[in-house]
Amino acid sequence: MGSFPGGVHPRYEKDLTAGKATRTLDPPAEAVIPMSQHIGAPAKVCVEKGDEVRTGQVVGEAGGFVSSPVHATVSGKVKVIEDRPHPSGKDVLSVVIESDGEDAWVDLDPHEADLLEIPLNEVKERILEAGIVGLGGATFPSHVKLSPPADKTIDTVILNGAECEPYLTADHRLMLEQPRAVAQGLALIARVMGAARGIIAVEANKPDAIQALEAEVGKLSGSVDAKLEVKVLPVVYPQGAEKQLIYALLGREVPSGGLPMDVSALVHNVGTAASMVRAACEGRPLVERIVTVTGDAVKEPDNLSVRIGTPVRELIEACGGYVDDGPAKLIAGGPMMGFAQHTDEVPVIKGTSGILVLSKRLVRRVEPGPCIRCGECIRHCPMKLNPAELVLYAEHDLFADAERVGALDCIECGCCSWGCPASIPLVQHVRKVKVEIMAERAKDRKAS
Amino acid sequence: MAEKEQADRGKAQEAARALVVSSSPHDFSKRTTQQIMWEVFVALLPATLIGVWSFGFRAALVMGLTVASALGFEALWQAAARRPQTVGDGSAALTGLLLALNLPPSSSWWICMVGAGVAILLGKMVFGGLGQNVFNPALTGRVFLLIAFPAEMTTWLVPRTSGKLPETFLGHGTIAWDGSGNVLAGGVSSQGVDMITAATPLGLLSEKGASAITDVSFWDAFLGMGINGSLGEVSAMLLLAGGVYLGFRRIITLHIPLSFLGTMAVIATITNLIDPNMYAPASIHLVTGGAMIGAFFMATDYVTSPIHPAGRIVFGIGCGLLTMVIRLWGGYPEGVSFAILLMNATTPLIDRYVHGRKFGFVAKDTGGKK
Repeated sequence: MGSFPGGVHPRYEKDLTAGKATRTLDPPAEAVIPMSQHIGAPAKVCVEKGDEVRTGQVVGEAGGFVSSPVHATVSGKVKVIEDRPHPSGKDVLSVVIESDGEDAWVDLDPHEADLLEIPLNEVKERILEAGIVGLGGATFPSHVKLSPPADKTIDTVILNGAECEPYLTADHRLMLEQPRAVAQGLALIARVMGAARGIIAVEANKPDAIQALEAEVGKLSGSVDAKLEVKVLPVVYPQGAEKQLIYALLGREVPSGGLPMDVSALVHNVGTAASMVRAACEGRPLVERIVTVTGDAVKEPDNLSVRIGTPVRELIEACGGYVDDGPAKLIAGGPMMGFAQHTDEVPVIKGTSGILVLSKRLVRRVEPGPCIRCGECIRHCPMKLNPAELVLYAEHDLFADAERVGALDCIECGCCSWGCPASIPLVQHVRKVKVEIMAERAKDRKAS
Repeated sequence: MAEKEQADRGKAQEAARALVVSSSPHDFSKRTTQQIMWEVFVALLPATLIGVWSFGFRAALVMGLTVASALGFEALWQAAARRPQTVGDGSAALTGLLLALNLPPSSSWWICMVGAGVAILLGKMVFGGLGQNVFNPALTGRVFLLIAFPAEMTTWLVPRTSGKLPETFLGHGTIAWDGSGNVLAGGVSSQGVDMITAATPLGLLSEKGASAITDVSFWDAFLGMGINGSLGEVSAMLLLAGGVYLGFRRIITLHIPLSFLGTMAVIATITNLIDPNMYAPASIHLVTGGAMIGAFFMATDYVTSPIHPAGRIVFGIGCGLLTMVIRLWGGYPEGVSFAILLMNATTPLIDRYVHGRKFGFVAKDTGGKK
């Protein structure tokens, strides 16, 4: 079907917003800054209620190596520090800032050297201080990925501009509107990692972005050691999943339980790379991102550049509000891997690439039927697992068996559930099994 | 203004309460279990129609009665077990049709009903219904009938396409059951013709060797002209077309049919080379009996065949091998049903040991190269 085994072709619906230039939204009247916007330890609050803060000021310090600082995204007064609804579904400790409407920034510290002349340790430090995490949705702290163990070498840096998730066009617009920042980001990361090769990977359904990137990469290619290129990939979900992307581009399989660096590759999202450039050159922290607001239950779908911490409700309002019939499902992210929300009061966080609002028409509520062993889930699985078998083990709490047949290799892309004719929640079962297996492992570690 | 704000907030809360929260994915393909069943019906339609055309109205009655019985037995079972009705999922109807296509066109009403009962009740429901059974339900029903009522099950009507029927028989629409199950020769009795029967090509082959069926041409058998046998075995071509349709629609993969028929072809070719008077060539074996319907429609039953492509190939080879062993050296002229049922029993074992390599299951020191 494509450039890796398995995968599916869901309804893409990218035309709703692909042609719409990114519109910058005013900073919100009240910004909600959760301490947990990344994988790893939550940030530690470092302001108090009543404090005056400026835009870009740190309000939460990194809580460890695998963590990231978070910044104020408006200027004003800390109104309250409390648990607030979070796109993950849990309530998370958040600093709530009441804007003074000034958007007064902290003094940024632009580096005097050219981007590709900045000493490497300073680049990494600036990326850490800017609170940059993976903007594709996984939100892994970027500075950690830039500091692999000494025994690992990276020969190829890949910028992920596949944006295989249906509906979303945030990365598409970014690549089209800021191709220079993306290309510079590639050069920067390749230099930090000492990689010989840098690739920007884009699905074929974004020809205008591909053209823009090719022009910028061409301009840079003489000035850096690494060989930089743009690669066009077939349109198939999940093309942008890290392991599938590496396989498609390099023919290397990340070993089970391993990381891309085990096959000498490193993958960053295109938006992350652009933010890294701004952090390195301007000392600018991550306070905003592009969010695609889309779906059939929002009146005027659009791409918005918004401050992190802006309530989702304001994004919807900026897009003409809900359709008269009302929303049936509100999703942070895309339809394949996004999180359904119970309220539109949740804030945009660093990993929010899209807000998808679906009407009743597109929300399915059916009882699962019996598995007829058709094998569609196996055919679609990009990890070549047997989801039907995993579900059997899940239903009977046979966690050791589930682990034996590769439960932990599941990337939770959802292709199995998408294609199941019996509407069996396959990936949901596998998620449950993974949690159980990890809990058992934690218990074993404690015991030994 | 404040009032409007209040109202807006109230409306927003109302909307929020209505939000569906579920785990991703939030989009789904259009394929459903029912749709799969209907696609198989569509694929069987040409073969069904030529069955009716060849053997007359009686064939339609056999099919109708078998399908209705299958539906009835499933409905009764579910009602008795106080479980939700499942006849709407299409699988019982499909089992009924597949069974009918495997019955002689002359089958009595009770053959249809007993066969459907065994297929649905013993073949499927006792295991827990759809998706749970070990053996192909339609074949379970057919093989039961074949063993319990051999005479009824080996009485083969001569189709109208044979050109051997007397004028008066054509269009004969009444059902005049031949209660004794005796093989009637051609001819007109005082009550009119009930039926005209003859041995199938495979029957002759089994009994007398390849030299006895030299008048059976590949093309007649392939197209379905003048070949007698089960209702659904008439035209290899139309069955093949249905199978290709299912493959094209991605309802089935072609692993099982190709390995099944391929294995048959290899064995037939080898034995034919050794003794052409005794053993028929592959061209005859593939287009006669239940080879086509078995390979494309029976052996590919999801529930009772392996789920991995590699396992499906092993399964198909096993089916082909057993079929040929029975056809060439067994007591029955045809072995497709037995072969598939025997291989059904091995499915869990095949699934356990024959599957593809999972992504990323590579040695760590190879740098990801296979």
